[in-house]
Amino acid sequence: MSANTADSLFDRLEPLLMQVSKPIQYVGGELNARTKDWDSVSVHWALMYPDAYEVGLPNQGIQILYEVLNERPDALAERTYSVWPDLEKLLRLHGLPQFTVDGHRPVGAFDVLGISFSTELGYTNMLAALDLAQIPLHAADRDDSHPIVLAGGHAAFNPEPIADFIDAAVLGDGEQVVGAITDVIAAFKAEGSPGGRDELLTRLAETGGVYIPRFYDVSYRPDGQLAEVTPNRTRVPARVSKHTVMDLDEWPYPKTPLVPLAETVHERMSVEIFRGCTRGCRFCQAGMITRPVRERSIEGIGAMVEAGLAATGFEEVGLLSLSSADHSEIAPLSKQLADRYEESRVSLSLPSTRVDAFNIDLANEFSRNGRRSGLTFAPEGGSERLRRVINKMVSHDDLINTVSAAYSQGWRQVKLYFMCGLPTETDEDVLEIATMAQDVIRAGRKATGSRDIKATVSIGGFVPKPHTPFQWAAQAAPEVIDNRLRKLRAAINSDKSMGRNIGMRYHDGEPSLVEGLLSRGDRRVGAVIEQAWRDGARFDGWSEHFSFARWMSAADVAFTGQSVDVPFFTTRERDADEVLPWDHLDSGLDKQWLWDDWQDALTGYEQDDCRWTPCFDCGVCPTMGTDIQVGPTGKALLPVAAKR
Amino acid sequence: MQRIRLRYAKRGRMRFSSHRDFARAFERSLRRAEIPMAYSAGFHPHPKISYVGAAPTGVGSEAEYLEIALAERQDPEQVRAAIDAVLPAGLDIVAARDVAHCPAGSLPDQIHGSRWQLEFGDAADGLPAAVAALLAEETVLVDRFTKDGKRSLDARAAIVWASVSISNSAASNAGAPTGTEAPASAEAASGLGDESGPGRAILDMVVRQVTPTVRPDDVLTALQSVAGFAPSQPPRATRLAQGPIDEAGAVGDPLGITQFVNNQTPVGNR
Repeated sequence: MSANTADSLFDRLEPLLMQVSKPIQYVGGELNARTKDWDSVSVHWALMYPDAYEVGLPNQGIQILYEVLNERPDALAERTYSVWPDLEKLLRLHGLPQFTVDGHRPVGAFDVLGISFSTELGYTNMLAALDLAQIPLHAADRDDSHPIVLAGGHAAFNPEPIADFIDAAVLGDGEQVVGAITDVIAAFKAEGSPGGRDELLTRLAETGGVYIPRFYDVSYRPDGQLAEVTPNRTRVPARVSKHTVMDLDEWPYPKTPLVPLAETVHERMSVEIFRGCTRGCRFCQAGMITRPVRERSIEGIGAMVEAGLAATGFEEVGLLSLSSADHSEIAPLSKQLADRYEESRVSLSLPSTRVDAFNIDLANEFSRNGRRSGLTFAPEGGSERLRRVINKMVSHDDLINTVSAAYSQGWRQVKLYFMCGLPTETDEDVLEIATMAQDVIRAGRKATGSRDIKATVSIGGFVPKPHTPFQWAAQAAPEVIDNRLRKLRAAINSDKSMGRNIGMRYHDGEPSLVEGLLSRGDRRVGAVIEQAWRDGARFDGWSEHFSFARWMSAADVAFTGQSVDVPFFTTRERDADEVLPWDHLDSGLDKQWLWDDWQDALTGYEQDDCRWTPCFDCGVCPTMGTDIQVGPTGKALLPVAAKR
Repeated sequence: MQRIRLRYAKRGRMRFSSHRDFARAFERSLRRAEIPMAYSAGFHPHPKISYVGAAPTGVGSEAEYLEIALAERQDPEQVRAAIDAVLPAGLDIVAARDVAHCPAGSLPDQIHGSRWQLEFGDAADGLPAAVAALLAEETVLVDRFTKDGKRSLDARAAIVWASVSISNSAASNAGAPTGTEAPASAEAASGLGDESGPGRAILDMVVRQVTPTVRPDDVLTALQSVAGFAPSQPPRATRLAQGPIDEAGAVGDPLGITQFVNNQTPVGNR
């Protein structure tokens, strides 16, 4: 590959940077950034987070892969982010391509362009970057001189809507598979690249862990449903498996997190304390596709916090996971970290926590130095019936007891997260959110004796996702969601004695519908993405850039003459025997188990967590040849000495 | 409590950092370097740092100043080296001095003006004439758009002197500025046969500190308004010195270490 020159474009970029907003985001040179000599390595990776720098820089996945790849003597990795429209315009005017922020090299010169999709709303930014990089949009039009365009991240568990634009996709944990891919490419180049791009992609497919969409043919039934997805050549597997790193302590990355000059969405250091979650919330794609639970040891966490703070100078450490209070040693871990950093100005935070009294104790531990501003809980569903449907087991009384404890211990504000548009949901379920918020205010007033108690309810639209029990569900139409939220707003405001104490934050239902189209779409949705991008769509995760009308008109154009439309992919409920676009992609979950769990949801039957109850056969452990990995280990955090 | 005055530079690509970007990076570097900072009192204690007039985003500088207060007495040079070692390359702490040994008066009191250098991408025909036309005026009002709306300021009155030279390499310099004379660029630019091609114009000037601050951009706007001068691309601007101004129009150093800056001026290296 790499026929293009890889020389730095910085001299030509520099005059343009004086004319754009926040130019610091394009110059690289962050603390802990790496630059390696281009010619000293065989395999060159460009890693892209398809959103603005301020969102992409803190992304843990990119930072981990950047470090892992740059540690290899035979590879280098540089980063690239979406450029804002002001710079895109100037780059086009001056004939400059999408570039990396490390070496300011053209993205088209790399061997691999790896793009991490946390959300499907980044797809149009991928097209913008490919076009700016002067890489053909369609994989079929690329030749040996172009990078392999590789998708990863959670959205890659159904890459079918972007199948035309990517050469390859990987599912699951990236830190090991990027090494395996590098090995394949390095060997192929050392042999003189026999057979060109086609042979390289075949070798990657042969590993069983890299999905090459063009090697699979898709056929459709007259009613628009999928008929089948079959490999169109030998040497490629019928199903492609996800990757699972089993021992997190062997992968203590990022060791030296990037510290941006520019302001970003997370100004803190993050340490992932475990991966995976078996709480079994039926809406949660992350919990389903990252199984089994794998804990990092308390010693490993302590060492990462210590080394990371020394390497960055950050003031805050976030203990990251899908449900951080579920770490088997979270109590000793938080106490020992709080002891170690009590005298310093380092603060600790625990995102993603559940609703229970235990978490108040943890939160108190994390706020020893005084600040008790806000606590966040996520009941997700407004009524107990609905919470049984989604398998989020929190009773109304539990929640009220918990917030009472929080208010009485000095916490000033409680934030409650919910979703709207969940399967089986009625107006009454959503209206119960108002009741809950009002009970929270009453409990707070009682606990503190003060009328000045605040609570915020924050509501997101539910999007059914692949590889979850809700993958068959009908998504609620935007009008349904907007109507329910209007009624909820009226219910909250109706009680004058506390309406002012309850804040309500929500998004309207339209962006969720587009996300739903991109989440559960098949290859036919690719034409919609391309049309939307041609019509100007980019930064679709930003409300000021998103246009629902543009997406719907793009869908009208792209689906003309087809037997499918937007409702087919979104508001239509699927049957048990329907071939789903991602059935040939193996997340480890047994499809029959997912279906049974979907049926249990409809009858409000709850499923326990396999960490504390017997295995319920979701299928992941036997498929992956592994098991859940949890403590307690009974070990302690080292060093114990307090830091000032 | 000990106070240390620091001089720092924004070089190369780091000139694209804003003042807020620098301040965050600087405060993190204090923690990494384990500098025993003095903290403000209150619920959210902050390390005691005072900044003065930061160079605009996109403008390089060899002469930015700030003061820090320490809870324990330290050797200023060791503090300088420790912070510099943990800052990103291009944000460089270049000098440090105990305030007790600096020229008398607060740091803001020392800042009377700045010497700026604007490097153009080409010979910038018309620049000498435009500069001469600007200097011939007594007052040239320009508008600047800020987040608070439009402000009008006098870009001419703040200029102490300005001169234009032509350079074939970015680092060379014209002779000592003498008042307001502007070497004509036409002759210099016509020195053909030079393998580096036509030279690049450099505008050198000293601008007095006034309120609101007159920035290099404002001077460019003034050049456009008096003479229609519009470069093909924006010049690269660097603050070479900042401090008191002597009778000859040279700019001094609030640390009292370097002499008044005239000729031997570093130019934004990369």
